[in-house]
Amino acid sequence: MSRVLVGVKRVIDYAVKIRVKPDNSGVVTDGVKHSMNPFCEIAVEEAVKLKEKKLIKEVVAVSCGPTQATETIRTALAMGCDRGIHVEVTGKDYESMGPLQVSKILAALAKREEASLVIVGKQAIDDDCNQTGQMTAALLDWPQGTFASEVTLEGDKVKVVREIDGGLETIKINMPAVLTADLRLNTPRYATLPNIMKAKKKKIANMKPAELGVDMVSRGPGGGSEGDILRGLLAVEQSSRQHGGLISSSRTHLHPAIVATDFHDSSSLKGYSETLSFTELIQPTGG
Amino acid sequence: MAAVGTLSRVGRLLCINRSRCLIFNSHPRRAISSCIDPAHGLSTEQKEFQKMAFDFAAKEMAPYMTEWDDKEIFPVETMRKAAQLGFGGIYVQPDVGGSGLSRLDTSVIFEALSTGCVSTTAYISIHNMCNWMIDTFGNAEQREKFCPDLCTMKTFASYCLTEPGSGSDAASLITSAKLSGDHYVLNGSKAFISGGGDTDVYVVMCRTGGKGSKGISCLVVEKDTPGLSFGKKEKKVGWNSQPTRAVIFEDCHVPVINRLGQEGQGFNIAMSGLNGGRINIASCSLGAAHACVQLARDHLLVRKQFGETLSNNQFLQFKLAEMATKLVASRLLVREAALALQEGRSDAVSICSMAKLFVTDECFNICNQALQMHGGYGYLKDYAVQQFVRDSRVHQILEGTNEVMRMIIARGLLSEL
Repeated sequence: MSRVLVGVKRVIDYAVKIRVKPDNSGVVTDGVKHSMNPFCEIAVEEAVKLKEKKLIKEVVAVSCGPTQATETIRTALAMGCDRGIHVEVTGKDYESMGPLQVSKILAALAKREEASLVIVGKQAIDDDCNQTGQMTAALLDWPQGTFASEVTLEGDKVKVVREIDGGLETIKINMPAVLTADLRLNTPRYATLPNIMKAKKKKIANMKPAELGVDMVSRGPGGGSEGDILRGLLAVEQSSRQHGGLISSSRTHLHPAIVATDFHDSSSLKGYSETLSFTELIQPTGG
Repeated sequence: MAAVGTLSRVGRLLCINRSRCLIFNSHPRRAISSCIDPAHGLSTEQKEFQKMAFDFAAKEMAPYMTEWDDKEIFPVETMRKAAQLGFGGIYVQPDVGGSGLSRLDTSVIFEALSTGCVSTTAYISIHNMCNWMIDTFGNAEQREKFCPDLCTMKTFASYCLTEPGSGSDAASLITSAKLSGDHYVLNGSKAFISGGGDTDVYVVMCRTGGKGSKGISCLVVEKDTPGLSFGKKEKKVGWNSQPTRAVIFEDCHVPVINRLGQEGQGFNIAMSGLNGGRINIASCSLGAAHACVQLARDHLLVRKQFGETLSNNQFLQFKLAEMATKLVASRLLVREAALALQEGRSDAVSICSMAKLFVTDECFNICNQALQMHGGYGYLKDYAVQQFVRDSRVHQILEGTNEVMRMIIARGLLSEL
């Protein structure tokens, strides 16, 4: 029987109001309530359910980050994972850590642990990247079942119902595979008091990326020996809503009005995405 | 100064005053952690319990607390969900299905659950108290018979001490239990019983011997016992998610094997249960006050009068600061009392009484102040703050009135050699 690796990420709790740091270098994380990424909870729940159905033998929870990441692993253990692995990433490495680095780590661990499945959340609610699962599959050259809303093990294959733009797509992929959990895959359980107590005795192994042969630097297209580090430049608060303007109700009048009006200051970062969404949303129908 | 504008719009900070600029926490290296965070000082494990309880309260209780209050619904299914997580016998021993946690763990859990619904959490705490009494003072057969189902909340419990003629003077109770072969025959009635009529197991203090506390024994009466009946469901100001009824015994036959402990031990059993019960009720008050401080804070940041948000008003800032201070002080006292009880310290009884007295009073005042800060809106049932006020008001009365708490503390002080 097989082993499942579940990646869990510690993020700012979804209910917290995000604040930008006064120097605009990022968002405030000190003293702010953190918890497990909701999609990661769904991933853990799915893995634990597979174990309860006796389809897999062991669930290993992995998290990358500083010491606080172990809190998230403990929550996963309290939900039913058997053991945890904390890959310690701190300081500058942690600040520049993104999906590429995490997927390298997960790929290395999946090989080392001889996992049959790697399950992660479809995206994290802080960066909304939606990349880690897919990159991990590519690095391992494993099939991927992303945006999973239903997972069924069938022998050495996995049937995955995926939520896609057009509706639901069902695929059958070979194991080992990478799955990413979508919202409707399941409803995560609360950890019970006895399980929280039992989790205290479960082991969390500690290791550094270097031990897995993973280089935490992300290289730019130039690919130089030092590489470019992916670095956040600026964090600004979303500006408050602008006043609307009255325009005539006819659609044929609408299009020229949008094109003619300058809604935004092109020098601000948000301007670009606003243009994109406007012109894409309002397409004049023929005639 | 541009940063001031940004943050005061976004701000969860309690102390922004644009015109005064004195008390603005802008030092980049200082953590902006909330001074009223109930997680401070807890172990990693306790933080896990607390987080789970807060999640449960927010998702399974808070959305329904208004409806439960309005329609007087006893939320059996939700409580059973809570029991599945281990909340049915938090400090009951694991060999009969309990979670085996400490009094401090219990306080932390009830405080968190209470933010979702005070009334329901208070009932869960009463249920836990009765479960513990059977677990601690019952023999093997009694523990096996009653505790496992109480832990899963397959069955629910009620604590029956108060009578129409004996409230604070509990030792003067007159419900009699006359020995008749292998049964006691109970006659009398109990008043204000939480859960009465809808619960399965009644832990009843009754008189088997002479006058005073030494003549009282503790019997477990099961529902549907012939001679057991109930009064009308009381209409209350709060605690509406639990039914309250008189419990009436008319030649009610209860087997002797249902007696907890020895004859004459009943009053001690009742009082032991109440020490923990007082910490639990105080913890429920803490949860209510915590929720109200957050509601008040949010309201002050949103409501505008005289061209500014209320949070710019110094009187309200000071009032909020006082509320927060009393909340933290209350929390520390409850947690200290919990530690004293679980360690069996000699001051346990006194400090539990002090905690109950201080915390139920202060937390009610906090909730009341929060209502005042909401202005007219605070009086509307659309807003949760009034329910916290109504629900927490009774904590100053039951499980020993705050006047009786003073009696206990004074007695402890004045009887010292």
